Amino acid sequence: MSEQVLAPRPGRVGQLVARETQADSLGGRLNYIARLLARDWAGLFGLTLFLLVVLAAVFAPQISPHDPLDQNLSVSKTPPAWTDKGDWTYPLGTDNLGRDLLSRILYGSRVSLTVGFFGVIIAGGLGLVIGLIAGYAGGRTDAVIMSVVNILLAFPYLLLVVFIAAVLGRSLLNVILILGVTDAPIFVRIARGEVLRIRQSGYVESAICVGARPARILFDHILPNLIGPMMTVATFEMSAMIFYEAGLGFLGLSVPPSVPSWGNMLEAGRKYLTTSPWIATFPGVAIMLTSLGMNLLGDWLRDVLDPRLRRARK
Amino acid sequence: MQRYLISSLVQAVLVLVGVLVLTFFMVRLTGDPARVMLAREASPKQVEEFRHKMGFDRPLLVQFIDYFGHVLVGDFGKSLNYRLPAVPLILERLPATVQLASVAIVMAVVVAVPLGLIGGSRPGSPIDIISRGVGLFGQAVPAFWLALIMIIVFAVRLHWLPTSGRDTPQSVLMPAFVLCLPTMGRLVRLTRSSILEIMGDDYIRTARSKGLPPRVIYFRHALKNAAIGLVSVIGVQFGYMLGGSVIIESVFAWPGLGRMAIEAISIRDFPLVQAIAIFSSLVVVGLNLLTDIGYALVDPRIRYE
Repeated sequence: MSEQVLAPRPGRVGQLVARETQADSLGGRLNYIARLLARDWAGLFGLTLFLLVVLAAVFAPQISPHDPLDQNLSVSKTPPAWTDKGDWTYPLGTDNLGRDLLSRILYGSRVSLTVGFFGVIIAGGLGLVIGLIAGYAGGRTDAVIMSVVNILLAFPYLLLVVFIAAVLGRSLLNVILILGVTDAPIFVRIARGEVLRIRQSGYVESAICVGARPARILFDHILPNLIGPMMTVATFEMSAMIFYEAGLGFLGLSVPPSVPSWGNMLEAGRKYLTTSPWIATFPGVAIMLTSLGMNLLGDWLRDVLDPRLRRARK
Repeated sequence: MQRYLISSLVQAVLVLVGVLVLTFFMVRLTGDPARVMLAREASPKQVEEFRHKMGFDRPLLVQFIDYFGHVLVGDFGKSLNYRLPAVPLILERLPATVQLASVAIVMAVVVAVPLGLIGGSRPGSPIDIISRGVGLFGQAVPAFWLALIMIIVFAVRLHWLPTSGRDTPQSVLMPAFVLCLPTMGRLVRLTRSSILEIMGDDYIRTARSKGLPPRVIYFRHALKNAAIGLVSVIGVQFGYMLGGSVIIESVFAWPGLGRMAIEAISIRDFPLVQAIAIFSSLVVVGLNLLTDIGYALVDPRIRYE
């Protein structure tokens, strides 16, 4: 009966739990193993997708067939290679200025990953510090911090982001800063919740009893336990930021138009939707696969790193 | 119960005050709101005149009190572009956004809740696999891209639905589907995981051991408890949708609040943007408050605290 709750958790924790709860029947056990594999397979698949994107970003100059900025109007709007008018010189076709789509997508992964990575570092860093303070100090400090968080969460997020981006202008640094700062409340909430939970645990209580100082409790007992949940949220938020960057690009508010980014490519392809639909299609596929990979990875991390988070995040 | 309601109300009011502070400082991000609102090529003299006309040359505190006082009596400022008060402009666009949000939330709930319930109570079954697929799909597909693909397929190729606008009743279908997708994904995941969790809880074990039929356990015990969490998520998501969807409305040229916001931002009509932001937050806070009250009415654990 409790098998339904505990079963689909892979990794060491899952296996320990499984050994305790899965003694019933052979059918149940086989079913469980199949599901365990399925879950691990999904996690593995997510990891593979993510690593592929990272590799594409790192080795973009080496593997791109063309310069992503090279324009050649004589081959503009060439369809993908496998269609009738396609050409294997441009595997995914070209855009309205005759630039190679594959090369632009490979280079675009650099923008997406940079925004996602640094955005999450900023949001996670801010969120961790503020959440620790709120959760550990409690009382009035906590109340003030949490009402600010609630204000930011009630505010129309995209409107705020679009507005700031429009006022500050198009640059990579601006996009990272905007997404990093405005996303911090999510991390504050998670960090604070975890601190409150950990503070009440037996081991923190015993640490206090034997006279450990606050700094020691914070760094030796609370912080290490925060890493798991924060990592999981970071994965999901990084995927969300890649979305937002593309969304901003789509509205013409992300990195400057000369930089190949998935959002900028979508924005450009939108004008040729009826005549050359592939220009807008492939950058979207890239975003989708990246986000799919990160979501699968996040699900898997959540199960492996901290089974309790599933409850906490609701 | 009374204390709970009062504290929810106080919180809602605090959040609203905070939102006003935020919108007030939004246009002062770079320090000088007059420069932000005027075109870059405006002459220093024009900037000076505009600054005086809008009252930006007064002390900040005086400006804020003035702003606060006007919002309190329902005056959200004047659009620079339309030269009209913002509230009637918002109300004019509101029906389109409400229609879009309502259709979207209904679509999301009708698909997600049954799928999550069945999937969660039979983990590993085909329906469960579908429910997990929808959960993942909703999270991983970029909505604005899906919008483009749907336009290519359903409007350009098949001619089943109009590409954009709000001229026919079918116009709402594509934007609503795209808008509902992330919510649908989230709801499926939430329904599924809460049912999974609830089925392992003590009271379900008690109900089973006293011999209640599975149907009763399922509908009377599990569903009721799962519903509480779901209603709050549905409420919040609906609130966000009612604020207008910036990207989806502009892709489909849907004449709602989100599109008006984006247009206002692009022509630097920032008083109108402020007004839309206040309005959207007001809706979210209001719906949150309603869900809090709903909670108290439905859940005795809150009522007796």
